[in-house]
Amino acid sequence: MRTMAIVRRVFKQMLRDKRTLALMFLAPLLIMTLMYFLFQNNTTQVASLGVHHVDQSVVNVIDTKNVTIHHYDSSQARKMIKQHDLDGYLTQKNGQLTITYSNSNPTNTFLIKASLQSGLVKLKMKTLVTVTKKQRAALESQQAALKKLTAAQTQATVTKLKTAIAQAQARGDQATAEKLQKQLKQATATTSSSTQSAKATSYTTKSHYIYGSSDSTFFENFLPAFLGFFVFFFVFLISGVSLLNERTTGTLSRLLATPIRRSEIIMGYLIGYGGFAIIQTVLTVVFTITVFKIHLVGSIWLVFLTNLLLALVALTLGIFISTFANSEFQMIQFIPLIVVPQIFFAGLVPVDGMASWLQAIAHIMPLYYGANALTAVVTKGAGLGDIGVNLLILVGFMVVLTMLNIVGMKRYRKV
Amino acid sequence: MATDYVIAKQVRKHFGHQQVLNQIDLTLPAGMIYGLIGPSGAGKTTLIKSILGMEAVDSGTVKVMDTVMPNRAVMAQVGYMAQSDALYETLTARENLTLFGQLMSVPKIKLAQMIDYAAGLVDLTSQLDKRVSGYSGGMKRRLSLAIALIQDPQLLILDEPTVGIDPELRQQIWTELNKLKDTGKSMLVTTHVMDEAERCDYLMLIRHGIALAEGTPAALKQQYAVDTIEQVFLKAGRMQDANDGNR
Repeated sequence: MRTMAIVRRVFKQMLRDKRTLALMFLAPLLIMTLMYFLFQNNTTQVASLGVHHVDQSVVNVIDTKNVTIHHYDSSQARKMIKQHDLDGYLTQKNGQLTITYSNSNPTNTFLIKASLQSGLVKLKMKTLVTVTKKQRAALESQQAALKKLTAAQTQATVTKLKTAIAQAQARGDQATAEKLQKQLKQATATTSSSTQSAKATSYTTKSHYIYGSSDSTFFENFLPAFLGFFVFFFVFLISGVSLLNERTTGTLSRLLATPIRRSEIIMGYLIGYGGFAIIQTVLTVVFTITVFKIHLVGSIWLVFLTNLLLALVALTLGIFISTFANSEFQMIQFIPLIVVPQIFFAGLVPVDGMASWLQAIAHIMPLYYGANALTAVVTKGAGLGDIGVNLLILVGFMVVLTMLNIVGMKRYRKV
Repeated sequence: MATDYVIAKQVRKHFGHQQVLNQIDLTLPAGMIYGLIGPSGAGKTTLIKSILGMEAVDSGTVKVMDTVMPNRAVMAQVGYMAQSDALYETLTARENLTLFGQLMSVPKIKLAQMIDYAAGLVDLTSQLDKRVSGYSGGMKRRLSLAIALIQDPQLLILDEPTVGIDPELRQQIWTELNKLKDTGKSMLVTTHVMDEAERCDYLMLIRHGIALAEGTPAALKQQYAVDTIEQVFLKAGRMQDANDGNR
């Protein structure tokens, strides 16, 4: 009853605050859209490479769609890069290639590096192929000579045998003639074999993707983590600031001068703001799935459930953290401390590869568990059983923080 | 009524090294307006919060309606008006009153009637559906008073109720408070305004957490041999300072 009075109040206040509503519901969609376009597979990135006195064959193989070649007459790489705003500079001295990277943009450095490497490999292959071809030609001529020789030899044997047969037949020695006939057959048979040469196998690759497709982009991989992050961030901010407002305007203290239980206030907040978190989650998830045609492998209900739990953790954390802030400004100061680090442990950087102390930090971040569960559901189609542990840990966070909040309100009222 | 609404005995309270309340005794019987006067920081608000059960006392006991405080259930029988207007500004006055009515367990069928009664008492009936953010300081103060009255409590604790209210309305409010008193309700009022102190049935002067003097206004004036409560206040203060100097 009293809890519902608080819930109704939270709803009324939120619905009247149009800007906060817009922030909560539209900002995630806006950022998602931006990210969608930013993280599309980007093939139009072009690095500029200056070359000086490099063999044309080398230049030809490096010149790909990701690298544009400019020819210059100076061997001073540093100077030319600065002067012409190049990403790299390639010079050659005899057989030695020297590349200098500007490295002001690591992506471009990588593009040049990649096309230089693949170009050189191509070049090596080419020389290898010509060498093999020459060898093959030599081999073939040898083989031809050999063939001629064997042919001549066989011919000789055949004529010899034929005369022998004729002689034997003339003598009337039937047995010897038959034996010789057999030998003749054998001699003619050998000539027709051993003319096939080996043909090189050329490999082709066929790719299969267990999760996603060849169109999978960075965006799709990290979308689940970002879904969780947005809900976490906005709910943390809004619940934290609104409870802070209650503290600073004295309404919290005034509420506690009524027979309401401390737990009823917290529950009212959880239900009230939790409701808005649900709307936000549904809106964001449905938007990304329908507009960006994101392939959702698992159940959408599990996505909602995980996000709701994350929102409740964010809610209780926001309320808890607001205890340590004296103004909205101080509340904002907690964002870089509490919220931003969570995104690093949400799967953007693989946690398994982190130093052990960093892994330990990851395991105290609610978003780590939330993002793990979301990624598993969205990209691998994990079921409730697979993500159950993650969800339970989130519930644990929520319960502990709720307890702390209820106890923390003793500051304003002793019972 | 035979029982006293508030009985505080030997109440002590300190924050850090500062003794905020020092052995305060206070008894508030039914049907009385009890005034607490004293300078800012004297401990008036702390005393009120101890009576409400929002602060725990270090020693001594506070009983409200024969129940040892702090006690959550008893709070429903106490109407409280805080020193600062703690109102939800994005809500209308009616919504504020509804919220606190629900929190005070006012029955649903009685709620609309109580809102009209409380709003009428503070002359806000015509402004009920306006948002509080558009209210003047005086209107907010009156709404706070209306909220304190929403569950028709027997005991009202009013922390500086008439700050920012114009003399005309202040007159009206005191008339209403006296009417409420006649129905057997009691009020504990803190004030800075000395002519308001004169309207109280009983006064307690608090300074530095100590009850300097108490009694009816007339008795106090007689005791200190002065004409006004203001002079009682000043004289008692000087005597306290002199005593402190001797110590």
